Amino acid sequence: VSNSLSSAPVVPGSAAQRFAGLSNDEQEILDQADRFARRELFPLSQRMDDEEWWPEDAFGKIGETGYFGIPVPEAYGGAGLDLFASGLVLQAFSRWNHALALSWVAHENLCLYNIYRNCNEEQRRRYLPGLCSGKAVGALGLTEAGAGSDALGSMRTTATRDGDHYVLNGSKLYITNGPVADVLLIYAKTHRDKGAQGISAFIVEKQFPGFKVAQKLTKMGFRGSQTAELVFDNCRVPAANLVGQEDRGVQVVMSGLDLERAMIAPICLGISERALELALDYARTRRQFGKPIADFQMIRAKFADMYVWVESMRLFTYQALRAANDLEIGGGGRGEIHKITAASVMFAADTMNKVLNEAVQIHGGSGYIWEAEVNRLFRAIKLLEIGAGTTEIRKIIISDEMLRA
Amino acid sequence: MKVMVSVKRVVDFTVKVRVKADGTGVDTANVKMSMNPFDEIAVEEAVRFKERGIATEIVVVSCGPPQCQETLRAAMAIGADRGVLVETCGELEPLAVAKLLKALFDKEQPRLVILGKQAIDDDCNQTGQMLAALATLPQATFASKVEMADGFALVTREVDGGSETLKVRLPAIITTDLRLNEPRYPSLPNIMKAKKKPLEILKAADLGVDVAPRLKILKVSEPPQRRNGVKVPDVASLIAKLKNEAKVI
Repeated sequence: VSNSLSSAPVVPGSAAQRFAGLSNDEQEILDQADRFARRELFPLSQRMDDEEWWPEDAFGKIGETGYFGIPVPEAYGGAGLDLFASGLVLQAFSRWNHALALSWVAHENLCLYNIYRNCNEEQRRRYLPGLCSGKAVGALGLTEAGAGSDALGSMRTTATRDGDHYVLNGSKLYITNGPVADVLLIYAKTHRDKGAQGISAFIVEKQFPGFKVAQKLTKMGFRGSQTAELVFDNCRVPAANLVGQEDRGVQVVMSGLDLERAMIAPICLGISERALELALDYARTRRQFGKPIADFQMIRAKFADMYVWVESMRLFTYQALRAANDLEIGGGGRGEIHKITAASVMFAADTMNKVLNEAVQIHGGSGYIWEAEVNRLFRAIKLLEIGAGTTEIRKIIISDEMLRA
Repeated sequence: MKVMVSVKRVVDFTVKVRVKADGTGVDTANVKMSMNPFDEIAVEEAVRFKERGIATEIVVVSCGPPQCQETLRAAMAIGADRGVLVETCGELEPLAVAKLLKALFDKEQPRLVILGKQAIDDDCNQTGQMLAALATLPQATFASKVEMADGFALVTREVDGGSETLKVRLPAIITTDLRLNEPRYPSLPNIMKAKKKPLEILKAADLGVDVAPRLKILKVSEPPQRRNGVKVPDVASLIAKLKNEAKVI
């Protein structure tokens, strides 16, 4: 009797899996997340796009299934895996509902994982279990009306110490999850004259007095992912909610931005994979001149290009995620990882634009119709060339690192 | 109570199935495979028994190529405790699977065996019934509800006129219908933990079972393409077409 227990031989993966460099475990995480997203998140996507609708129950369901807090230890309610696994889940979710995937990453990475990395034990215990279960929705507030690319230098939101509280005044613009968030990581200037070195990070709860959502914004793409302007009008935040030390918020921002850039490239990958699949399906069934349009050389040339683009995105995205996987707490914001993560999202966002352009072209008139799935995907271009640092900022980062003396 | 569940690795339900060019079967190269959905319901039911304290151990078994390990791991991620793979190569017919399961039943001595009523690849709907016959055990097929009562299982099954409830003495064989339950999604931590659960690998010969096919497949072909319908102006021309073209009246 041949009898082997848990040391059962590992079945080798497909050529595509080996090319992507995924382990069997990673491939399974991607497949399971894909299955969940296809069945549970895809059916929500049309209404979200049509009505800018927020599905109230979705986060609870995602949390129940264990898809929040992926790199966070189980003691806090997480899955105890890593950033790479988190990126795979995001890729899978983005194939089927990229708007919800955007909300997911704002919650998972910008809020939840930032709290895990930068907060003290008491703050972790207080906020992580709720965020990991999806019962609380998270967001991050950095940018303002006058502070986009120059988010740190031009920041005008202030925090003034008043006894055992800080009093926040100002506003934050284009905040993903803003209208629905329960817990927000907010940056404000504790010392106005000290530039980036005068910024601190705070955990704000939506019921804190003086916090309000000014207006929900209507977007061209990623519709249903809620975006808002937030206002702080003498908003009182307990001093116990200061993240790290006063005036040391800049390191939280910069380290967080590297992870954010590594973590949003999978959105571009997931959307592009789905667009290519839709284009292939369409070209196989759409008949003109008596044959499927997939039989025409000009359409076939597009597919060859799109395949190469998507696979290049995959490798760049995965390699940048692997490099960011082991970023030490407080690390990043400079050096190679800063350059690599900026390059990853710059390439992914730019390439996704090319893939979607061809995908809609293959769909012809039917792709220009608002309700078409490929049209919804097409309207997702641009955001990721703008958010988490514009392409222009990314180029500054990359060239600065290359030319640093 | 020990429960044995059998699972089959099949072409995923989302895949557009293509027949091989030479007509010998269905193309499974580079095709996404997953657990037969009816078997997933069987695993879920067993896990619910365990959560209610009725089952103490769930053994999940599969017969087929080494890749079936993935299917067993998926079942263990849902909540099965350990896995047994009977490794075989080549086509497996329902009778061969039933004989292997009979051998595993004798080895494991479970009080209950749960199987999917059929697999979505060949739609045979035979294995559970054959197993019951080989093991001379009571069977309750197409279960839409299962309750346990002191040495018996009460199994509700859908029949043409409504539903009927069978009372079967344990040990027994139950096959699952779609409405029995809605299987959960395994959580990420459970997927990872499933990798560490024990998985035993046997060969068909170890169990003394001859799995050689008894049937010969002559040809597999695509179903004929459905032709576009036509609109008829009135009843008279409809009847004329039914008489002269379709020749059904």
